[in-house]
Amino acid sequence: MISKSVKQSAWFFVIPVVFLVAFNALIPLMTVVNYAFQETFGDNVFFWEGLTWFEQVLNSDRFHDAFLRQIMFTSIILLIEVPLGIAIALSMPRKGPWVSVCLVLMALPLLIPWNVVGAMWNIFALPDIGLLGYSLNAIGIDYNFTQQPISAWITTILMDVWHWTSLVVLLAYAGLTAIPEAYYQAAKIDGASKWAVFKWIQLPKMKRVLTIAILLRFMDSFMIYTELIVLTGGGPGNSTTLLSIDLVKLALGQFDLGPAAAMSLVYFFVVLLICWVFYTLMMKNEQQ
Amino acid sequence: MNSNRRTAAIPLYRLLVPAIYILFLMLPIYWLLSMSFKTTNEILGGFSFFPRDFTLENYIEIFTDPTWYRGYLNSITYVVINTVISVTFALPAAYAFSRYRFLGDKHLFFWLLTNRMAPPAVFALPFFQLYAAIDLYDTHIAVALAHCLFNIPLAVWILEGFMSGIPKQLDEMAYVDGYSFPRFFVKIFMPAIASGIGVAAFFCFMYSWVEMLLSKTLTSVAAKSIAATMTRTASTAGYELGLLAAAGALTIIPGAIVIYFVRNYIAKGFSLGRV
Repeated sequence: MISKSVKQSAWFFVIPVVFLVAFNALIPLMTVVNYAFQETFGDNVFFWEGLTWFEQVLNSDRFHDAFLRQIMFTSIILLIEVPLGIAIALSMPRKGPWVSVCLVLMALPLLIPWNVVGAMWNIFALPDIGLLGYSLNAIGIDYNFTQQPISAWITTILMDVWHWTSLVVLLAYAGLTAIPEAYYQAAKIDGASKWAVFKWIQLPKMKRVLTIAILLRFMDSFMIYTELIVLTGGGPGNSTTLLSIDLVKLALGQFDLGPAAAMSLVYFFVVLLICWVFYTLMMKNEQQ
Repeated sequence: MNSNRRTAAIPLYRLLVPAIYILFLMLPIYWLLSMSFKTTNEILGGFSFFPRDFTLENYIEIFTDPTWYRGYLNSITYVVINTVISVTFALPAAYAFSRYRFLGDKHLFFWLLTNRMAPPAVFALPFFQLYAAIDLYDTHIAVALAHCLFNIPLAVWILEGFMSGIPKQLDEMAYVDGYSFPRFFVKIFMPAIASGIGVAAFFCFMYSWVEMLLSKTLTSVAAKSIAATMTRTASTAGYELGLLAAAGALTIIPGAIVIYFVRNYIAKGFSLGRV
């Protein structure tokens, strides 16, 4: 950490960024707020509705269900991707020609457009002509993600693990390669077990990057939309309708802009709140 | 753990885990490629592991039909514009955050990050109204500006990390040597954080390239993104899986090229410069 000097004119450096981001963030946000508190029948005529939409959304079973599914999805993928990512990063070679090969191949899913990820998994998992679906059915497992909610969930989670575990791997790997060789030698002299090395040397050194990984994975999984709408479309039924999909169904499908806007604000607020807690914890760690 | 000094002596089981993981990553990609070389008849006719009637028809259609290949060109155009804008705007801001304390700096930094957390589904409709109102709907610049919402905060975050790793003495020495601030910034400071700029550009490229909801919402004809083109195919031309697979396979290429260029910085870059 370098010591910073106080200089108010540094604001001039950040004004362009503030202006550009505010343009993109505040104006759309105000539109959402407008719709959330008012009723409109077009022609820019608005009637004040107060908290009606919020009460309606917060009391609806539909929102509760989508929210619960979202929490379940995010928890499952975090519980799989974080330990798996650490395990893979630990077993990767640190030097030599294989490092680049591993990194490039692993980073590949991260750069595939999200609708293509959804389409790719769709044709991969189709029960009659997809490699995964066909193979599973061929060995006697009854699998059809377009009709069975459980299969749809498994496919969705597999897709997310496929898509994003590499992010955790790359971050954890970056943390691991920053550990000086001397630490390991000292541990060897002390006769430390592999578990002790992991617990006392590797894990503490990875703490920062893992916080970033969890933060990014949390934010992105809470916003998942494109991949899922292409893969399952929220179905079968409503079984994989997570928050974003439910929101778009409400706003564009039924054109219930009031409730949709209220739901947007609640949704955004939840993400903000959880991220704020993460962020505060992260900054606290950094200052120590 | 020490054995990693001698690369040849890595125990086999340690290579096995990454190998299995990479195999898992490659399977769906293989299937996409395999589908893209099949004819529609073969795809609908049943399961086959390798393409039986190997065909390039799907690719030929994409490269000869302007609505298809323009989709790629449009997407690449707004991605490049966005990357340039994001990094250029983020550089001075990141410098201010890494070097100075000023009124509300921490709140401002968090506010910037909150925009990275805004679900695009929340903003899709208001974005459409906003860009239609200022007559930028269906232009490359509209998508490029809209993607700034999450790319600028990310670029500031990454660059700030790299800049904080550069000792402040560098700035002070340059002033003593009589450098003006802009000259110092361009001639000395930017080369010092070159890898950070590369990494920030990589991330901006990545998130702008993969984001499809806003780009689809903000374009219709003139600047139609590849996502919109693919969706149209999926709905109007029946279910031409081979064509869709070929289009999908082609979207992997720009990403693969970019990764190849930054492969040596990836590990450091993902740690945002300050492990």
